[in-house]
Amino acid sequence: MTNSELADLETVLRRGAAVDVDAAAAAAAVSTVAAADRAGLVDVAVSTVDSPIGDLYVAATPHGLVRLAFDPERMLDELAERISPRVVEAPARLDPVRRELDEYFAGRRRVFDIVVDWTLTSGFRRRVLEATARIPVGHVTTYGALAKQVGKPTAARAVGGAVGSNPVAIVVPCHRVLPAAGGVGNYGGGPQRKEFLLELEGAR
Amino acid sequence: MSPPPFQTFLENHRDAVYRFLVFSVGPDAADDCLQETFIAALRAYPRLEDGSNLRAWVLTIAHRRAIDTHRGRARRPVPSAELPERPTPAVTVPDPGLWQAVGELPPKQRAAIVLRFVSDLPFREVGRILDTSEAAARQNVREGLAHLRKEYADDEQRAG
Repeated sequence: MTNSELADLETVLRRGAAVDVDAAAAAAAVSTVAAADRAGLVDVAVSTVDSPIGDLYVAATPHGLVRLAFDPERMLDELAERISPRVVEAPARLDPVRRELDEYFAGRRRVFDIVVDWTLTSGFRRRVLEATARIPVGHVTTYGALAKQVGKPTAARAVGGAVGSNPVAIVVPCHRVLPAAGGVGNYGGGPQRKEFLLELEGAR
Repeated sequence: MSPPPFQTFLENHRDAVYRFLVFSVGPDAADDCLQETFIAALRAYPRLEDGSNLRAWVLTIAHRRAIDTHRGRARRPVPSAELPERPTPAVTVPDPGLWQAVGELPPKQRAAIVLRFVSDLPFREVGRILDTSEAAARQNVREGLAHLRKEYADDEQRAG
């Protein structure tokens, strides 16, 4: 066999590198994820939910909704570092969450039945956020009032930090906590989103 | 270096693993093998301490799945014409005669050929995936090519 024939064989073999497999690979990956979920191998399921205030990035563990964010930046990395590297996009697992959020934004749901997984928070922050979760829909409170409620009446600033650390926005309604001085104050998703949620709930 | 979120790992290596499988086991079996490969990877993932060469790691798993698939075929009787029609594979392999011949190579030669020419990997990486030295990887490719020149060239002559 001559060198040129050898080169020809290699050229023909290399044609395999140019075959378009992307669509088929993507489809196979989707069924892989579904099978992984059925086998109980997905520790953290993530997905995106459309909403009138933009895409919501949601994550659930077998214990409940662990994260709801407005910005996906670093979300997967944080979930992998803090919970488990088995973080997988499994939209079906988030269907119940998606349904409740859809109903909420359509004005057909006032109270969420979604179970929250508090794994990403602890200690004082968790106490503050659990108190936040009890603020009824249509009502608002202030950082100072919340500080009193958790038994730290002088810690309004620390309470502000705890509320701001909320890993599960909307469902844990940190948008219902306002500054005593007036206005809507800060919000992880920006003040416009906070105002939108308060109007939707009839609190403004 | 801890491994990235599995979703990121899957997206980064999905196409490369699928391409390797299409040319190792054929487009019909590639879907199942991809699934088995990534499920095996997901099972092992939390215990994975070194995330530095995940491509080699997942291609090693895919290589083992490909070997099992070939073994399974050898054990199974030749399928009869009664079998229900399979869905058309989503990927069309060029030069099917050649790839048929590649499929009949010994496992290490077959994998070395696919990793070298289809996956376009350096010999060092091919050796790593096949758990052998760079020199042995070179040797596997050389022997594989020699086999193919003989088998495939013979077939072509008969066809011509």
